[in-house]
Amino acid sequence: MDAQAARYIGAGIAALALGGAGIGLGILFGNFMNGALRNPAASAKLFGNMMLTFALVEATGLIAFVVAMLILFV
Amino acid sequence: MAAEHESPLEQFKIEPIGGEIHLFGYNVSFNNSALWMLIVIGVITAVMLLGMRKQAIVPGRGQALVEFLHDFIANMLKDNVGPEGKKYFPWVFSIFVFVLFSNLLGLLPHAFTVTSHIIVTFALALMVFITVTVIGFARHGLHFLSFFVPKGAPAWLLPLMIPIEVISYFIRPLSLSIRLFANMVAGHVMLFVLGSFVVPLGLAGLYVSGLIPLAAIVAIIGLEFLIACLQAYVFAILTCIYLNDAIHMHH
Repeated sequence: MDAQAARYIGAGIAALALGGAGIGLGILFGNFMNGALRNPAASAKLFGNMMLTFALVEATGLIAFVVAMLILFV
Repeated sequence: MAAEHESPLEQFKIEPIGGEIHLFGYNVSFNNSALWMLIVIGVITAVMLLGMRKQAIVPGRGQALVEFLHDFIANMLKDNVGPEGKKYFPWVFSIFVFVLFSNLLGLLPHAFTVTSHIIVTFALALMVFITVTVIGFARHGLHFLSFFVPKGAPAWLLPLMIPIEVISYFIRPLSLSIRLFANMVAGHVMLFVLGSFVVPLGLAGLYVSGLIPLAAIVAIIGLEFLIACLQAYVFAILTCIYLNDAIHMHH
């Protein structure tokens, strides 16, 4: 196989990790909505924590992005 | 096709401004990253000085912005570190404002995003890490090492737990820096890729089809402003959490 073709395939496989980040974000936002709808008074306090967790979960997906970029361009 | 196929990473290129300068075998040229760092510092100083110029009881726009930033960090320190954290306010505030303004100014067209380079974010994160560790040892002495021994764990698990705790402590500057840098790079690459779709798609189909990626860019740039503020917030709050760990140890 051409080395460049293998690179593209590898970068595509690396992007699969975004599925994990997607599942994590789904669980996170779903549970936030669950908690906020059950107890609307607490939603303001939950929002800050949710945003922090959102950034932490998103970062794992972005590490996959960094790996894909390293495969493609470095 | 190859000629106009510019790499989406081209926008992060560091270029020397006004000739290269070599000193003791190192390349110490003044580059666009340094220029934009100076611009960020200048904008921060201007915003702060203009906001604090005349102190009114009912704040104007500039004063309200400065007061909001101050109260935001002051409350963050109070909630996460407690009353001892007040001493470290200038430090956390400087980190937060620098990251926030670098992220936001980087979103201007043709601007250079200072925080899109891992060496910048890693230097910031390493500074946080070393400062927090020094504070921990200064407050608790060698007792700070017991931070790596989880409370309530059975003794036979300790040979496994202590290395994990040590590794997770030393991985902090890496995760802190990669999070910020990857968010900035990913956002700008996404904007570039969508932007490169607009003209080819408009020429290929009906002219209106180019509007689809254009509309996506408008939406994504709103998301990027959210991410820029959020990442500065996350950087500052993780600094607070690490500081709390060093000051109070086992919570």
